[in-house]
Amino acid sequence: MNSTATALAAAERPAAACTPATFKSGTKPIWCPGCGDYSVLSSITKAFAMLALKPEETVVVSGIGCSSRIPAYTSCYGFHGVHGRALAAATGVKLARPELTVLVAGGDGDGYSIGGNHFLHACRRNVDMTYIVMDNHVYGMTKGQPSPTTEPDWDSKLAPGGTGVRAFHPLVIALASGANFVARAFAGDPNGTAEILAQAIRHPGFSFVEILSPCVTFRPEQREWKEAVHPASVTVTNDPARAARRVMTDDGFNIGALYAGDRTPFPLGPRRPPIPLTDLEAEFAP
Amino acid sequence: MTAARKKAATKTAVARPSAKAPATRKVAAKKRAAGKPAAGKPAAKKVAAGKPVAKKPVAGKPAAKKPVAKKRPATKPTVKKRVASEAPGKSRAKAKPAARASVARGATSSIGTLMTYALWLELDAVERYRELADAMEMHNNRDVSELFRKMSTIEGKHVDKIMKQMGWTKVPPLPQGAAPWPGFESPETAAHDDVHYLMQPYHALALALKGEERAHRFFESLARAATTPAVRRAATEMAEEEREHVELVRAWMAKVPRPDDDWNDDPDPPRYTD
Repeated sequence: MNSTATALAAAERPAAACTPATFKSGTKPIWCPGCGDYSVLSSITKAFAMLALKPEETVVVSGIGCSSRIPAYTSCYGFHGVHGRALAAATGVKLARPELTVLVAGGDGDGYSIGGNHFLHACRRNVDMTYIVMDNHVYGMTKGQPSPTTEPDWDSKLAPGGTGVRAFHPLVIALASGANFVARAFAGDPNGTAEILAQAIRHPGFSFVEILSPCVTFRPEQREWKEAVHPASVTVTNDPARAARRVMTDDGFNIGALYAGDRTPFPLGPRRPPIPLTDLEAEFAP
Repeated sequence: MTAARKKAATKTAVARPSAKAPATRKVAAKKRAAGKPAAGKPAAKKVAAGKPVAKKPVAGKPAAKKPVAKKRPATKPTVKKRVASEAPGKSRAKAKPAARASVARGATSSIGTLMTYALWLELDAVERYRELADAMEMHNNRDVSELFRKMSTIEGKHVDKIMKQMGWTKVPPLPQGAAPWPGFESPETAAHDDVHYLMQPYHALALALKGEERAHRFFESLARAATTPAVRRAATEMAEEEREHVELVRAWMAKVPRPDDDWNDDPDPPRYTD
C-alpha cells in the first residue's frame, strides 16, 4: 500500500469531515468565464472531500499557465512553481514529506513542452503522486500559440496553416515511460472527473490524468467536446501494451481510467540508516 | 482583426455566450442595460416528508412571449475551421453522452430517495450559480454577478426548505451507483461553459430557464417511472413546481432588456490572433 493509501486507511474519521468547499480558498479564479478549469477545480475539491483528506494533509503544486494558477484557489498547501518544473518540485515535496498527498497540476504547454523531460522521468520514477494536465491544445495565457497537443493543421495567425507538427500523445508517452495509473477525464463532467481523480490519488505510484479542458477563448470550437466525449467502453487494464494500443486507436475522447499498473512505487523515506556524523569524521581523521 | 473575421467572431457567440476572454469593456458596459431582476422569484419547493403538499402560489404572470433564442450561424470564424473531432490521424466516432439530457434513469422507489435527488439538484445549482457569480464579479460584470448570486440564494432557500420538510439535519449522500440523471451534471445546473464575460442579465436568465426546464422534465420522467403511487404523486408535484419556476423565470425575462445583436462586441478583444 502506498503512503497516501496508508494514510487514508489509517485515518478513521467520518467520510464527510471536509466538504469540497473546505478545500476552496477565498481567492476567486480569474480564468475566463466558461473555461474548463473552473470545473477541474471543482473536481479536485470534490475528490479531496471524497477521500476524506484535510487541507493540511494535501499539497497542490503547479508550474506556469492558466491552469497552473490552481494552487491559489485551494486551501491546501500550495506551490506555484517554475514553468515546466512542477513535477520536480512536487517530487521533492513528496520525498521530504511522504505523509502528504501530492497533486501536481498544469497545462499541456507547461507539462509536455517546457516540462516534457520532467514528465518522462516522473513517470519513470513512479513517485507516489498524482499529475493532472488540463489539456486545451493551446497556450492560453500567452494568447493562443500552438502547444504540443495542438492539431498539426490548426490554423491561426500565430501559426498560419498550422504547425504541421504531429501532436504529442501524452497517454501513450506516460504508459511507455512507466506511469502507474493512466486516465483521461473531461472538465465538463466534474463529478466523473472527481471520481477518476480519487482513483488516481488512491492508486500507488505515479498517476497521470489527462483532463480535456476546453479553452473557450482561443479554441471556442472545443465547446463541442462535450458532445464528443464518452465513457471508455473498456475495463481498466494492468497491461501497458494493451492500454497503449487502446489509446492509440481510440477517438481521443474516451474518458475513464485506462490503465492501473502494479509497479512498486519509488521508495519514500531514507533507504538506509543515516551514517552517524562521528563515523564520517572518523573516515577523514588523520 | 479583419472586418469579416470580426463579424464572424461576433456572430459565433450569440445563441449562447462564447468565444472571448476578459478585456476592456467600456462600450459593452454602457450597452448593458441595468436589467434588475424583478419581484417574481422562483418559489421554494414544497414537498413534505412522505407525501406531496400544496403548491406555492405563482408570484408573477408568465410572459406571453417566449424568449427568442438566437441561432448560431452556420459559418464559423475561418481561423477555427477545424474542430477537434476532425483532427487528423484519429477516427472520430460520433459520440453522444447526452451532456445535458434530463430524463431520469430508472425508477425511484421511495420518497426519501426522490427528495435526496431533489436536494442534490438544488445543492449543485447553488454551488454553480455561486461559481458563476464569482467569475462574473472577477470580470467586472456586476449586473450578471449579482443576478447569479441571487439565483444561488434562491436555490439555497429551496435546499433549506427540503431539509426542513424532510427533517434532515445533514445532507444525505446521493444513493450509490449511477446518478439518476444521464449526462454529466444534475439537470438544474448551468454548464460552466454556457457563459460569456460580456453576457447580460437576459442571458443569465435564459440559462436559468434552461435549468428549470430540464428539472421539470427530470421530475416528469421520474413520475412516469415511479413504481409507487406516493412517489408518483410526489414527483408530479415536484415537476409542477419546476414548471412554475419556468413560468416565473420567463416572467422575469420579460422585464429584462433584450441584448442588442452586438452585445458581445468588444472594442479591445483579447484575441489578436483572429
